[in-house]
Amino acid sequence: MAEPLLRVEKLVRRFGGIIATDNVSLDVASGELHAIIGPNGAGKTTLISQLTGHLEPHSGSVSLAGRDITYLPAYRRCALGLARSFQITSLLLDFTAADNVALAAQAHAGTSFRFFANARKEQGLRDAAQAALDRVGLGHRADVVVSRLSHGERRELELAVALASKPKLLLLDEPMAGLGVTESQRMVKLLQELRKEVSIVLVEHDMPAVFALADRITVLVYGRVIASGDPAAIRANEDVKRAYLGDQHVVTHHG
Amino acid sequence: MKSLSVSKAVTALMLAGLVLLPLYSHLSGNIFILTLFTRIIILALAAASLNLIMGFAGLMSFGHAAYLGIGGYAVGMLAQEGVGSGFIQFPVAVAASAIYALVIGALSLRTRGVYFIMITLAFAQMAYYVASGLARYGGDDGLTIYKRSDFSGLIDLGNRTQFYYLCLACLFGVMLLIWRIVNSRFGLVVQGLRSNEQRMQAIGFPAKRYQLVCFVISGTMCGLAGALLANNTDFVSPAVMYWTRSGDLMVMVILGGMGTLFGPVMGAVVFLLLEELLSQITEYWALILGPLLLLIVLFGRGGIMGALGRAGRG
Repeated sequence: MAEPLLRVEKLVRRFGGIIATDNVSLDVASGELHAIIGPNGAGKTTLISQLTGHLEPHSGSVSLAGRDITYLPAYRRCALGLARSFQITSLLLDFTAADNVALAAQAHAGTSFRFFANARKEQGLRDAAQAALDRVGLGHRADVVVSRLSHGERRELELAVALASKPKLLLLDEPMAGLGVTESQRMVKLLQELRKEVSIVLVEHDMPAVFALADRITVLVYGRVIASGDPAAIRANEDVKRAYLGDQHVVTHHG
Repeated sequence: MKSLSVSKAVTALMLAGLVLLPLYSHLSGNIFILTLFTRIIILALAAASLNLIMGFAGLMSFGHAAYLGIGGYAVGMLAQEGVGSGFIQFPVAVAASAIYALVIGALSLRTRGVYFIMITLAFAQMAYYVASGLARYGGDDGLTIYKRSDFSGLIDLGNRTQFYYLCLACLFGVMLLIWRIVNSRFGLVVQGLRSNEQRMQAIGFPAKRYQLVCFVISGTMCGLAGALLANNTDFVSPAVMYWTRSGDLMVMVILGGMGTLFGPVMGAVVFLLLEELLSQITEYWALILGPLLLLIVLFGRGGIMGALGRAGRG
């Protein structure tokens, strides 16, 4: 088998006495949409933070396309093709939607130590921003300041910002969080389109969305992987059923 | 669009006034006003440089007066040692400020928020005490500069009008530079970091590198103001670095409008004119100026530029 795009090996992260990430290993193949699910407090966000470089693991390793990135800072990982969206929307609120996306494009288009030319007049960056905005259906809102965008629009903008860096791998931390039914449906549709172009790691609570989208699913409970496989296998898995019925002790003793 | 035109009109009026001031001074024979406004322009330049790091980059440097001192001492010390050429004094003043900013910035930017304020303040106070200890250069009493920087006949700093226009040219030059920087790639990154550092890191920008460069640019510009200020007063002393001076500069920026291009200039003009006028009326001018500033800051969000914007809309 070819080298996976993302390989996580025996990752461990503790907070005091609590093991939030407990020997987690997983692979994401190129072109795959890999979902990570688990009940609240399963350590999904902790895991994502270690993938993005916001949190250092205590042991184990993370590699992207064969390159060890375990201890690289966030901005270096981004340069290597790893882009993320935030669970709680994190954007430049006093900038326009187009500026938000153009800055992401700028980060990957040569040096930003340019002091004189007007960056908002760089056609290349503006075009890239517009393309990413169009991609998520926000093209008509390009010149609106983010603080005036709706929550749903901000979620879409998060995605556009991530796309603008032309990533190899997208890490999406609960992209449907706080979305209404129609907005969620739009987001699922959008992700279905995007997965054709880019590999995705999706952390999500919305189970119908996960099962509709994922090629493979990894289930985390108490920081540990209890199951990993295609949606059908996960649906049939007894441990997973128990975890989601709330009887988590059975599961933790199991492994 | 109307809101823009009001603040634009006031700004244009102010700039035109600054350009024409020497003419008025000559016609009316009022020499004092030229001296006063030379000082105002120099401090406006310092406030504009502070605004770059404070308003646009969102980093509250509370030690900006240090650069006034460093620029001033560079001129004064070189003059004392017999190096009178402005072509040497000014580059040295600017370079020394840049080096100081680089070192202080690299250390201070490890911290954020209130700690950043305190550490920049602490370094400026250190510079103050170092200057007080320079016995050879006057120590506490300061250093008299007997001859202004000599630009080999190109421009005579002893001539009030010429010196005024040199200062004004420096101010306009720095404003132009800031305007370009703010809209450049670099400027957008720095403002993005002010808005949301985590997001900027996630899209691939190492925060500190950009903030440090901005800190150095800001300090360098202020060093230029320091060199001019020493020439203006023919004197430099540790007092120019005292923390209250840093506070004055902050007040000018906030008063005029943080993160606006012309706000700091407006703030410097209003602040220093008020100080001048009130001190003529009463010895206790600070008692009036203080509450007045409070009112402006409390009720005029965004400073004078913000108020002008609202006046235009309203």
